[in-house]
Amino acid sequence: MRSRIVGYIASVFYPFCLVFGLYVVTHGHLTPGGGFQGGAVMATAVALMIVSGMFTVAVREKKVVRYKWCEALGLLLFVALAFGGMLQGGSFFHNWLANAGGCFGEAVAAGPNGGALNTGGTIPLMNLAVGVEVFGGISIILVTMVRAMKENRDG
Amino acid sequence: MNTVLLHSPALIVGLPIFAAILLMVVSRFGEKVRAVVFFAGIALASLAAISLAEQVLSLGAVRYVFGAPSPAAPLVPPDSGGIPVRILFHVDAAGALMLLVAALTSVAAALYALRSEERASGREYFYPLFLLLVGGVYGMVATGDLFNFFVFLEITSLAGAALTAYRIDHGLAAEAGLKYAVVSTLGGLSFLLGVGILLARHNLLNMAALGARIDLAGFGVPEAVAMALMIVPLAMKCGAVPMHQWTPDTYSRAPAPVSAFLLVSSQASLYGLFRIGFSLFGLSMDVSTVGLFVVILAVLSMFIGVTMAIPQHDVKRLISHHAVSQTGYMLLGAGVCLAVLGDPEKVRVFGRDALAGSLFHMMNYAVYNGLLFLAAGAVIYRTGTRNLDRMGGLGRTMPLTMACFGVGALAIAGIPPMSGFASKWVLYESVFRYSPLLSMVAMVVSLLTLASFVKVFQAMFLGPQRAAYAAVRDVPAAMWGAMAVLAVLTVLLGLFPDVVMQRLLLPAADALINQTAYTMPLGGAQ
Amino acid sequence: MADLFAHMPLVVAGLLLMIGLAIALWKRNLIQMLMGLTVVEAAVNLFLVASGYRHDAIAPIYTNAAEGARMVLPTVQALTLTAIVIGLATTALMLSFVILIYRYYKTLDVNEVRKLRE
Repeated sequence: MRSRIVGYIASVFYPFCLVFGLYVVTHGHLTPGGGFQGGAVMATAVALMIVSGMFTVAVREKKVVRYKWCEALGLLLFVALAFGGMLQGGSFFHNWLANAGGCFGEAVAAGPNGGALNTGGTIPLMNLAVGVEVFGGISIILVTMVRAMKENRDG
Repeated sequence: MNTVLLHSPALIVGLPIFAAILLMVVSRFGEKVRAVVFFAGIALASLAAISLAEQVLSLGAVRYVFGAPSPAAPLVPPDSGGIPVRILFHVDAAGALMLLVAALTSVAAALYALRSEERASGREYFYPLFLLLVGGVYGMVATGDLFNFFVFLEITSLAGAALTAYRIDHGLAAEAGLKYAVVSTLGGLSFLLGVGILLARHNLLNMAALGARIDLAGFGVPEAVAMALMIVPLAMKCGAVPMHQWTPDTYSRAPAPVSAFLLVSSQASLYGLFRIGFSLFGLSMDVSTVGLFVVILAVLSMFIGVTMAIPQHDVKRLISHHAVSQTGYMLLGAGVCLAVLGDPEKVRVFGRDALAGSLFHMMNYAVYNGLLFLAAGAVIYRTGTRNLDRMGGLGRTMPLTMACFGVGALAIAGIPPMSGFASKWVLYESVFRYSPLLSMVAMVVSLLTLASFVKVFQAMFLGPQRAAYAAVRDVPAAMWGAMAVLAVLTVLLGLFPDVVMQRLLLPAADALINQTAYTMPLGGAQ
Repeated sequence: MADLFAHMPLVVAGLLLMIGLAIALWKRNLIQMLMGLTVVEAAVNLFLVASGYRHDAIAPIYTNAAEGARMVLPTVQALTLTAIVIGLATTALMLSFVILIYRYYKTLDVNEVRKLRE
């Protein structure tokens, strides 16, 4: 069933899928989208590889370990940001980077505006953490399911 | 130290979840590290929960606002245009009681799991899931926000279902897990629909503010629908008849420490039911009808649970059926209190005691039924069978397990001086004033429970020793240590019921009965 | 009639709810049952989003919004998003249970997946 043409075109599209997902993640605090949606878009790249017949590439053990690391590190960053608010004297999940200057620290203009990327405090960082985590998580789900499907068919 | 106390409401949820995530990162460093992180997460969260409960009981209810410059920030941020968008944890005496129960049981169950799951594969998933389950339960009892409650409910359901199916058991455990997951998903969606209706009507998610608002705006048809949509799934999750069919399957197939803690997660659902019944709608709805409905559910649960338990041959299934029947006792006390809530005189004479008895039974039940599950798990751990007909004479080789199981069995049957007796006595006395018949039913069910456990105890530990189990030893120290903790608690709660009643249960009952102490009109919060 | 059109999302949500429940309760295949559950979930999510709808309002995003425009309620959208994420997790979990059950029982028929009762 595997078609070489479909496989190659899918591998050309793979990085574009990832980049688009990353765009959705990083602009999460300005436009519709955010961590989960962007992460899901990134994971579709993995799904694309699987359905296009590049199955063996996508589910290589080395890749799966990488997905697991994505998941763990994304979650760790998220919780660390949440605890950071506590360490900075606010409550859990306090947005301690907002309006503080520096990293995503610019103040948001009041009312409707064009939107500046360098705003939002911890929110863009949390979006990024969630995006990476969701990418890893959904990829693991996909790979596990496809593997189980193959096992059921073969065994 | 003060900072830790100040942030303890966030830590009870934050620590288990942080430990669960840390486990995913450190799982490659070997079993020792994993076990240490797992147990440290549970133990530290328990410490935070106990200190929070102590704080609440001595100083009054605690509110913790998330994502604000300070935990005591107002619910309505200054720049939100008057919309209460902040999420908060709201722990009063009733929540403190649940926190204590969860803290004690989770430590015992975790200690037990360290040894009992040693031989199982896939512990790198078991530990994080267990931590998530614990964190979810803490969240359910601490939260003051309806949607937040739904999220924690789903976290516990997911973790619980995955843990139930964790030892695939030739597909049997997966079947039990699927059943639990389907039931919880349907229940969760129903709850969400209820929350959505309330949100659409009142534009509020905060329970305290919503309670005051519904009282002000009146209890109409949408509120009634929302209440039904929220109470029915919670009754289902705590295992009340007629939606109890999942309980025996799930509890009996889950590993023993998981069953023991799933009981607490059911208790958390029951707590949610109380919170919604008393604090959210208690001021405005027709309490006597709803109370009567709860009482009917309670009697059915007590009776059907125990009659289903008697013919069982699978020891864990038998205990699970008894769990349904014990849930009936808790619903009975709460139902009686709810039914007379409109009459302050009756509440003073017996309603308050009925609710306190019901909360007392909740606490005892989590301890002694957990103990029974752990002890049964210990026997299964050593003999490899869960069939009562194939056990026998284990008392000679497993004396510690026998003693612990004996304590649990006496407690569930309501024999003095165990804790079950004390709470059942409070319930009999107070429910008798409402309707003597209900009290009699409760006593008959208690007798049937006793009969059933005499049979189980005899089948497991007494009688001639079987050749197959002659070489069986008692369980490892961590496992019987966990059981001993719960057994000692069972005896202590039975020996000093007055102290527990005065310090813990009556404040908790008052926190539920005095709705105005919990509800908070938005004007006051700003 | 105009009333019905005004409340169309709610009507559709109700219909979806009933269809989903019917599938979940009456279909004998486990996977079809889970599809029914997903439809129920979609119905609840639709209800949530529809309850925040305001006529003639725009999406609640300040970026490049017109001055003084009315916006729909963002709270319910956040809730829906969370519910979708939770739904994804539950669906994946339940599907993996179904895979396990199929591996051991070699069947997906609800009436045959009843070994617990025996």
